[in-house]
Amino acid sequence: MIELADIHKRFGRVEALAGVSMRIRAGSVHGIVGENGAGKSTLMKILTGFISRSSGTIRYNGRPVQLRTPRDAARLGIGMLYQEPLDFPHLTVLDNFMIAAPEHDPGRLRQQLVRLADRFGFDLAPDSAVERLTVGERQQLELLRLIHRRCKVLILDEPTTGISQRQQEILFAALRALRDEGRAILLVSHKLAEVRSLCDRVTVLRGGRAVADQERPLDEDLLLRAMFGSLPRRQRAVRARDRGRPILAMDHVVSAEGRSGLHDVTLSIAEKEVVGLAGLDGSGQAVFLRIAGGLLRPDSGSVRFPGCETTAGAGGGDRQTVFLPADRLREGLIAGLSIREHLLLAGDAPFFLAPSTGRARAEKTIADYNIIGRPSTPADGLSGGNQQRLLLSLVPEPARLILLENPTRGLDVRSGAWMWRFLHQRMRDDGAIVFASPDLEEIMTQATRIMVFFNGRIILDAPTDQTEIRTVSRAITGRVPEDAGLPAA
Amino acid sequence: MEISLADLLAGVTATAAPLLLAALGETVTEKAGVINLSLDGTILLGAMTGFAVAATSGSLAAGFLAAAATGLAVAAVLSLIGTWLGQSQVAVGFTLTLLCRDLAYFLGSPHARQPGPQLLASPLPLLSRIPLLGPALFNQSLLVYLSIAAIPATWFFLYRTRHGLVLRAVGENPAACWARGIRPRLVQTTATLAGGALVGLAGAGYSLALKPGWGRPQGCEGIGWIALALVIFGGWHPLRVALGAYLFGFLQISTILLQDLFPALPTQVFQVAPFPIMIFTLILIHAGRNARGRKQRFLLRLFRGRPPAALGTTYRQD
Repeated sequence: MIELADIHKRFGRVEALAGVSMRIRAGSVHGIVGENGAGKSTLMKILTGFISRSSGTIRYNGRPVQLRTPRDAARLGIGMLYQEPLDFPHLTVLDNFMIAAPEHDPGRLRQQLVRLADRFGFDLAPDSAVERLTVGERQQLELLRLIHRRCKVLILDEPTTGISQRQQEILFAALRALRDEGRAILLVSHKLAEVRSLCDRVTVLRGGRAVADQERPLDEDLLLRAMFGSLPRRQRAVRARDRGRPILAMDHVVSAEGRSGLHDVTLSIAEKEVVGLAGLDGSGQAVFLRIAGGLLRPDSGSVRFPGCETTAGAGGGDRQTVFLPADRLREGLIAGLSIREHLLLAGDAPFFLAPSTGRARAEKTIADYNIIGRPSTPADGLSGGNQQRLLLSLVPEPARLILLENPTRGLDVRSGAWMWRFLHQRMRDDGAIVFASPDLEEIMTQATRIMVFFNGRIILDAPTDQTEIRTVSRAITGRVPEDAGLPAA
Repeated sequence: MEISLADLLAGVTATAAPLLLAALGETVTEKAGVINLSLDGTILLGAMTGFAVAATSGSLAAGFLAAAATGLAVAAVLSLIGTWLGQSQVAVGFTLTLLCRDLAYFLGSPHARQPGPQLLASPLPLLSRIPLLGPALFNQSLLVYLSIAAIPATWFFLYRTRHGLVLRAVGENPAACWARGIRPRLVQTTATLAGGALVGLAGAGYSLALKPGWGRPQGCEGIGWIALALVIFGGWHPLRVALGAYLFGFLQISTILLQDLFPALPTQVFQVAPFPIMIFTLILIHAGRNARGRKQRFLLRLFRGRPPAALGTTYRQD
């Protein structure tokens, strides 16, 4: 259906794509995997007309085509689902669906939207504002819109990032149905498990080249070797340790924030614990983390940090708690400021700032934290993995409680492994880590204790080494095992 | 002194008409994500060209057209430098304000204090005899009719048509529009030009109808800034923007009336009074809105204004 031959793309002196050739067939799911910076997004941007190739040919059904603008791509029926949904949060679901529709007929389009949503089992109310939807639901809306526009080639960029297990299942079912209708689906992903379950064919990109091409059945080891050159070791990183004294104690905490709020949470987290928070997107994990981090004040209940003289509501600094949000650029870093300036902000900067002030420290941080960038690189010029490393480098030294939200979001396997090694090393004997992640495997390998959120309640709370992944995934969908540590209340 | 309520209402709709056109024009522009700060200068330049062309040619229609064309031309400069060359819309807007103002007084000096035509009322038969509302809505000049019709028309365009939807979408997220095959800069340019034309028309509304004639000061200085403020306080919603324009018209009329009641006060007080009163009123409205509790969220949403997410930013497509 689409044939790429010897595609090159140069940005200045950097060659992002160095001759990629591949063939995408109708009625198949084609996976594209590779490390961060392997050239995946550049290739996708070329296919969708966002940027033009430097050289090479693209054939669509045998005909050579120019893809100069997204308009050209749309006309050919090439559509893309972006990792961060590219939509209009302040407009309604129906408005989003209608923008750039071939005809403007709200009544009919509403019907079509409802019918399409039904067909794929999506639950979307046409009149709700898109900003109230979860990432997964916004993705569903975009998918329906593309199908409605008769999109024949669907490109998905890390579609399972930030969506729940359940939403992932619904999405994959929809993708399989679309494949069986004869559409071509291009799946860009870091996650080999989902590639293996969904893709009929996989191309591995590395350093701007297609280094391997495999058909079903896929050999995971081979793919990993093609991606990284050597196999990253996968092993259980953490053993349950003895719990120390409590660090964080919540007592009947209630909040109305978020989609589900938080209902009557009572718990305590002790020293040496690594707690993984699982659950559907928006089930209360985000609210929990923000309350623990002092960013949100609970409506009622108490939050205490035994051993520290502060009460909830004060900033995180004085009680040695630090929160690393999922949206690093929006909530964590300051987009326009450079690495050097971030470090100056965090440390004790002198009154007068020369361009050289703090450069040495920035150089050292860059080396220590493996950040790819220069002291003058602005935060928004860093890749996702490097942003996360910069954030980690800003964690103040005596941090006892480190709270992380989707810490490996947008990170490739190697960056993720580096981050976890760093966190485990960094954790002191009197410290604890709490992280939320949509990736169950990450929780099971990195955490000592798992808590499953459902509808604003913690419905499962257990040590990871005594819990089966099946029990957890059942709990995520709301089914509580009888022997769970907590009542479903 | 006796003033009837009907006279008061008629005065308000007439006084507010040019302001309304300017504010609605700016609403359309800003909904597409472009901020046009040149309003105050554009209105003056429109007033000057409108008057000059009408006085020279003897045709009121030519005057109004010339004023609209002037507004369009100024908007085109903003569009070129801001939207297409990627420079700061705020900086360009400010500069244009000053430039247009000085240009208006410089080019307009031959026409200063010269006689010229004035747009008169054209009462609609029957309708103008309705008590109270008749004089306010149906015994007015064509310009006032246009300004009144522009309120529902702008609303309908923005919220009930495909092009309005696209325009709002561009103001929210131009990158997402580009990905959908919409040309954001083209949409922004069109919105800027259309808004600019309405602003220019507002200028002629002063020099050819409300405050006929040309001179220095013209008497419509400062109106552009009021229009800009109304768009913000009106939450970028045409109906609320219109309400604000009428509120300001009411304040202007009532201060004129009050002048007769307090002859001892200097007249400057009454000329300036509507501006601070307007600001205080708007602050009060907003303070009242923010003070309410959580439970009235639904009601609040009806009144809540939120700027278009991409307002004032330059979209660069790479």
